Amino acid sequence: MSLSKEEIERYARHIMLKEVGGPGQQRLKRATAALVGIGGLGAPAALYLAAAGVGRLILIDDDAIALSNLQRQILFTTASVGESKTGRAAAALVALNPSVAFDQRQTRLGPANAEELLADAEIVLDGSDSFSTRFAVNAACHALGLPLVAGAVGRWDGQLGLFASGLTKAKPLSQRLPCYRCFVSEEPPQVETCAAAGVIGALPGVIGAAMALEAVKHLAGAGQTLAGRLWLFDGLRLESRTLVLPPDPACPVCGDHSAALIPHRKGVCSGPNAP
Amino acid sequence: MQVTINGETRVARQGDSVETLLQSVGLVPQKVAVERNGEIVPRSRYAITMLADGDRLEVVQFVGGG
Repeated sequence: MSLSKEEIERYARHIMLKEVGGPGQQRLKRATAALVGIGGLGAPAALYLAAAGVGRLILIDDDAIALSNLQRQILFTTASVGESKTGRAAAALVALNPSVAFDQRQTRLGPANAEELLADAEIVLDGSDSFSTRFAVNAACHALGLPLVAGAVGRWDGQLGLFASGLTKAKPLSQRLPCYRCFVSEEPPQVETCAAAGVIGALPGVIGAAMALEAVKHLAGAGQTLAGRLWLFDGLRLESRTLVLPPDPACPVCGDHSAALIPHRKGVCSGPNAP
Repeated sequence: MQVTINGETRVARQGDSVETLLQSVGLVPQKVAVERNGEIVPRSRYAITMLADGDRLEVVQFVGGG
């Protein structure tokens, strides 16, 4: 997939980076990324992925734009309150980069439809607003063998990881990478959402842009991604730390005795050769 | 022996595990991860990860908003 003269001009500042270059930009053009949640994190991530020339973006969100979203969800405008997030996002992103293809999925991702929604992606970015959605995205990414860039925010704190367990599941434990559940092992009780606890507006901009950065690095093959590590950001002090995240051998998703090792139900019971 | 947890020094006994420490400070394991010397301790290893003198531990509160 070669680059046109116009594309070479549009992406000139990428192409001059030795870690991206023409081959890296072509990899971005061939790639499909899925974004779960087009809100505080998904909006800036989608803007940077579209601007970067990622060929196709799958936008997954069932929500409509609310006035209280606009303090941080900078893809949307006051005039678009009440409209669907995926629809307004696609319109704004097409204006930014008409060569990117957008799939709008105005639906709520859950365990029943996660694999179907994500199956076409090469990488998944999760900026959703609940742990149950995050768990469904993580399980699907592990099963499908997809890398997952998961960002999260609350109040003044951000957390980011690139979870690549799906890419290493056939390897011995010493060479495996962790999944999201190796970090958050079970759904935390009574954890406050952004709606209940608040979030400072620029914080999802920092974390969402970093999500796009990690996705672009992974797709272009540049540098060292956060796979096997976590980035913790403290906006009140403007400090951040990067920690090592080992895989948990007892992880319910990617551990040795997990359900993920059992053939997937869909393949066993509902495929064309179902009994 | 001495360990630090979230920057505060605490006295720990030989044989204390990460699990013992979490219980002694009253933290709910479902809401936090524990970092020991720059590395997250897998949840299944809390009881078998013994503290050593000089360990630096940080409790990481999960956030899940988007």
